[in-house]
Amino acid sequence: MTETLIEAEEKVADPLLPTFAFIKRVIWETDDTFTLFVDSPAINGRLFSFRPGQFNMVYAFGSGESAISISSDPSRPSVIAHTIHKVGTVTTSLSSLRRGDMIGIRGPFGAGWPIDRAVGKDVCIVTGGIGIAPLRPAIYSLIKRRAEFGRIIILYGARSPLDLLYRVELEAWSKVPNVEVIVTVDRGDSSWKGHIGVVTNLFSYVKVESQDTIAMVCGPEIMMKFTVEELQRRGFENDQIFLSLERNMKCGIGLCGHCQLGPKFICKDGPVFQLSDVSHLLEKKEV
Amino acid sequence: MQSHDLTGSLHNHPFLKDMDQELISTLTSCASNVVFLEGRYLFHEGEDAKTFYLLRAGRVALEAGASERGQIRIQTLGPGEVLGWSWLIAPYRWHFDAYAVEQVHAFAIDATCLREKSETDWHFGYEMLRRFSEVLERRLEATRLQLLDVYGTSRGEKSEKF
Repeated sequence: MTETLIEAEEKVADPLLPTFAFIKRVIWETDDTFTLFVDSPAINGRLFSFRPGQFNMVYAFGSGESAISISSDPSRPSVIAHTIHKVGTVTTSLSSLRRGDMIGIRGPFGAGWPIDRAVGKDVCIVTGGIGIAPLRPAIYSLIKRRAEFGRIIILYGARSPLDLLYRVELEAWSKVPNVEVIVTVDRGDSSWKGHIGVVTNLFSYVKVESQDTIAMVCGPEIMMKFTVEELQRRGFENDQIFLSLERNMKCGIGLCGHCQLGPKFICKDGPVFQLSDVSHLLEKKEV
Repeated sequence: MQSHDLTGSLHNHPFLKDMDQELISTLTSCASNVVFLEGRYLFHEGEDAKTFYLLRAGRVALEAGASERGQIRIQTLGPGEVLGWSWLIAPYRWHFDAYAVEQVHAFAIDATCLREKSETDWHFGYEMLRRFSEVLERRLEATRLQLLDVYGTSRGEKSEKF
């Protein structure tokens, strides 16, 4: 039955039809956040590929679909990862899946991070909470092509030490030449030896110059708003700042209008936007 | 450290960026170099706020004592930042404990000396107050953001992207 279904769906390239994918591994990153690794589904015989910052619509059978950023290394497309915050019906359903279980995937959708545009420049990545998930593929790409960029600065904030994602990667990235990783938590106890305070405080500890620098920002919108102010204080222009926005995405291809933000569809025109294109729309649910 | 060396070093601290040399010299007369070993307290809640610090190296945690929960770390401060503003406002007592998470190198500024100089040299006093106001504004902004608990889970149906 399963083979028949897969054979059937492989013949179709309809972006509204999910492709089946099997879970290869589940890693619980924190108490409420996990990463699902799936064998990359072949679509019409072609291996799945994606750009950093793109997302998939992930289907939990019996529960529904949710937009989830791809969090794996785009240069290794045979296995794709989605890091998921268990927060609603679909993600709770996905959290109960195990190795060998099947999910549906539509995608990849949307515009990604401007990696090529950052060539020859410094890159300042500011992220908070699970916002680091859509940036992880960008960081993998930047590090893989390390010689093509200047300094890479990664500022990451989480709620508490227990909520930090990708600890192993953060440690590894900090050892790459000319990559600076600074982590902070909003709440810490005496066992935590790192920074305590909001992510924007980290700008005090690193030299970020606006000239020839691209900023990539992802996290809760209020955090991004304060980060943008901090970047602008340092002379960043709106065309140097890129944000990944979150709205209620459904179709993934700009048809249904659920994620419309003024003249933009987050799913199709975004989720990554240049600030100059969306600054007047930030913090508006609908326009 | 000689006075002129101290003046030069103070001039490089971000808090004093672009400050007139004359005003830095006034500040230097109230300043000294200090080192706190890791694990030592710079000051405790309730003590007289006789000094404030311009941090040069190391990290300091501000802590509040909550009997049943022990010491709660509220914020950390590091190189280039200012530690302490209770010296500005009567009754000049610290509101938190300051703990050296790492060995700390700092300029200690004598608050009594600074208050006296601010009273007699209003230009100097205004400049210090202006710079402290900026620090307070940034701290207030950061505290508000911290209070928002922006990474907290909002249960219920919402977009589940990331």
